[in-house]
Amino acid sequence: MTLDELEEIAENEKEEQKKIKHRLNVSVAAGCLSLHSDQVLKGLQNIVQERGLEGTCKVKGVGCMGLCAEGPLLRSEPQHTYYRKVPANRPEVLNAIVDNLDGQPIPEFALSPDIPFFAEQKKIVLEHCGEIDPERIEDYIGVDGYQALLHCVADRSRDDVVQEIIKSGLRGRGGGGYPTGLKWSMVAKAPGEQKYVICNADEGDPGAFMDRSVLESDPHRVLEGMAIAAYAVGADKGYIYCRAEYPLAVKRLKIAIRQAEKMGLLGKRIGESDFNFELEVRLGAGAFVCGEETALIASVEGKRGVPRPRPPFPAYSGLNHCATLLNNVETFANIAPILRKGGDWYASIGTEKSKGTKVFALVGDVNNTGLIEVPMGIKLRDLVFKLGGGIPGDRKFKAVQTGGPSGGCIPEQFLDMNVDYESLMAAGSIMGSGGMIIMDDSACMVDVAKFFMDFTRDESCGKCIPCRVGTTQLYGLLERISEGQGRMEDLDTLERLGVMVKRTALCGLGQTAPNPVSSTIKYFREEYLQHINDKTCAQGKCACSKSPASTIEK
Amino acid sequence: MQAYPASVPLPSSDKRWKLVEATMRRHGHKASALIEVLHTVQESFGYLDGVSLRFVASSLRLPLSKVFGVATYYHFFSMKPPGEHTCVVCMGTGCYVKGAGNLMKTIEEETHVKAGETTQDGKVSVVAARCIGACSLAPAVVFDGEVVPKVQAGAVKEQIRRWMGHDAG
Repeated sequence: MTLDELEEIAENEKEEQKKIKHRLNVSVAAGCLSLHSDQVLKGLQNIVQERGLEGTCKVKGVGCMGLCAEGPLLRSEPQHTYYRKVPANRPEVLNAIVDNLDGQPIPEFALSPDIPFFAEQKKIVLEHCGEIDPERIEDYIGVDGYQALLHCVADRSRDDVVQEIIKSGLRGRGGGGYPTGLKWSMVAKAPGEQKYVICNADEGDPGAFMDRSVLESDPHRVLEGMAIAAYAVGADKGYIYCRAEYPLAVKRLKIAIRQAEKMGLLGKRIGESDFNFELEVRLGAGAFVCGEETALIASVEGKRGVPRPRPPFPAYSGLNHCATLLNNVETFANIAPILRKGGDWYASIGTEKSKGTKVFALVGDVNNTGLIEVPMGIKLRDLVFKLGGGIPGDRKFKAVQTGGPSGGCIPEQFLDMNVDYESLMAAGSIMGSGGMIIMDDSACMVDVAKFFMDFTRDESCGKCIPCRVGTTQLYGLLERISEGQGRMEDLDTLERLGVMVKRTALCGLGQTAPNPVSSTIKYFREEYLQHINDKTCAQGKCACSKSPASTIEK
Repeated sequence: MQAYPASVPLPSSDKRWKLVEATMRRHGHKASALIEVLHTVQESFGYLDGVSLRFVASSLRLPLSKVFGVATYYHFFSMKPPGEHTCVVCMGTGCYVKGAGNLMKTIEEETHVKAGETTQDGKVSVVAARCIGACSLAPAVVFDGEVVPKVQAGAVKEQIRRWMGHDAG
C-alpha cells in the first residue's frame, strides 16, 4: 500500500464517521470487561437495532478510558459525557442512555469530562485509547494511523528518523530511562546484516498495567512504532515478547498483526519500498527477570530466561548474536506521534531532562484507581490528590510506592516533588514502568518491604550469588523483625547487605532489589524500631502483633 | 540434505498431539520454538509431563535435560494436572495492599491446601499469581478464567464451597 492509498482509506473512514450523529463508545478493556461491559455493549447494540437507529447512532467497543474504579465506563459522543458503573443487568438504564443521546445525561450515572481526573491529563500514548476499536485497523487508519510509517519509508532517510527521535529527548519508558534515540543510533551503526527489533511487553512489575492497557486498546500504535524503529535501524524481523498472563492483549496483538500484514503495512515491501518487516508475538511464561533485556532475549531464543553480563550490549550482540533494538511498549507507542508532529514538539513537553508524558497506573488506597497520562514533572501531590481524588475514607496518606520491586516508598514530605526520572531517583526510588501504589496509614512499611523481598527472593533466577543468597538473607531478617524477634543490629545488617547486593549483583533485578528495604528504613525507621524494641506492629499487619510479645521473647 | 527432523511418532492417537505438532511445524521445528511449543502442550493437556517433554525434546532435537530445565524454570508451566476448577489469587502489590493476603488465607483454610496445590479430591487448584494487571480493581481473583474484581472473603468462600460440593450456605 502506498501513502496515497492509505490517505484515501483514512479520508473514507473519516467521512463514514462524520455521517454518524451519535456514538456510544463502551470500554471493552480487561478492567471493564471483568465488570461485564461486554453485556453493556451487546445490550446497547440490541436497543439501537430494535429502534432502527443504526444509521444515526453507532455503538462500539473501544479500549481503556482510564478510570477503572468507575467501570464499566461508556462515553456518549459528541457531548463527551461519560457514564460510569453502567449496570448491564438494568435495561431501563441502557434504554435511558439511548433516550438521552441529545438531551441531558442521566445524573445518577453521568460523569463530567471536566473532572480533574480527565481534565488534568495530557494524552499522547493514550490519545486514542477509548476512542477507537482496537480490533479494527480502519479505526486506527482513520485517526491518521500508519501515515508516519509510510512517510518515513517514502521520504525520510534512516538517519533522519533517528535524529528526530534524538531531538525529541524521549527516554526509555520501561524504567531505566536510557535515551531512546541514542539506543537507536547504536543499533543503526552496529555491524552485521541481520538486525532485530524486540518490544518488551513482559510487564512484570506487580501493580502496573500501563502496557497491558495500551496493547488492549491501541495495538496498532505499538506495531507502527516498531516498524518505524525497524526502518531506522535496518532490521527486518521483530518480536513482541508479551506476558502469557495477558490473554486479551495477546489476542488483540495477533489480530492487529494479521490485519496490518493483509494491508501491506507489515511484511514484505512495506509502502511498496524495499523495506521488509516481519513481526511475531512470543509468549512469556511467568518469569519476572525476563523484563531484563538479556534474559528476555534468552527467552525469545527458547531458553531459560537468565541474564548474562553486559557488555556486549544487545545493541551490538543480542538475539542470535545479532544487533538488537529492545524497547518497551510505551516507548514504541510514543514513536508515531513524535514523527507526525516532530521531535521539537515532543521536547517542548515535560522537564529539562525528562521530556514528554508518562503513563501511570494509580493503584491501592486512592479513590480514582486507574490509568492516567500526565506531562513529566507534574507534582506528586497533584497525582495523588487531584487526579487520584485523594485517599478513601478518613485515612491519611502515608507513602507512594513507585518502580515495583526495584523502587522505593516515597513518604509524605516529598509530596511536592516533581515526578521525573532524576527527582524520583534522588528520593530513593525510581520511575520504573509507571506503577504507583498509594498507601494509607493502615499500611505497615516493614510488611511492605517484606512483601517485595519475598517477591524478588522468589523471582531471583539464581545465577549470581549476591542476588540469590542476598535476597534470601534480607527476607529472613525482615521476617525475624516482623515476628517480633528482630535485634537492633539487624537494621545495620539490612543496610550493609543491601549495599553489597546492589553493588555486586549481575543484573538490574538484584541491583535494585534492596531498594524497597533501604527506602523504608530511611523514611520509616521508627516503624522498624517499634517492631524491634516494642515487638508490636501498630498497624496489626505483622505476626508480632497477633501474639503477646512475651511469648516470642527468646 | 535430508529434510529434517525425521518425524517423531506421536506419543498416542490423542488428537491433541496434532496441535502440538502443528505448532512445531509452524516454527520449522527450531529449538527457539521450545517455549511456544510448551505453551501449546499446556494449553492442550492442562499440564506438562514426562511423555510430553520427551516428545517435544526429540521432535525439536533438544536434550531432555534442557527441555526439563526450561519447563521447570518458568512459573507459568505446571508439571501437575490441574484440578477440575482453578482459583487464581492475584498477589500483586495493588491486590496485596487491598488484602489479597487474607483472601489467600481464607482459601487455604477452606481447601486445606496451600497455593500451588490441588485438593485431594482433584476439585480445586489454588494458584497465587504475580500480578494479573487488574490492579485498579483490587483485590482480584480469577475463578476458572473469569476475573472477579473487588472480591470479598465471603464470596470466595461461597465459590470454593460450591466447587467442592459443600452447601454454599
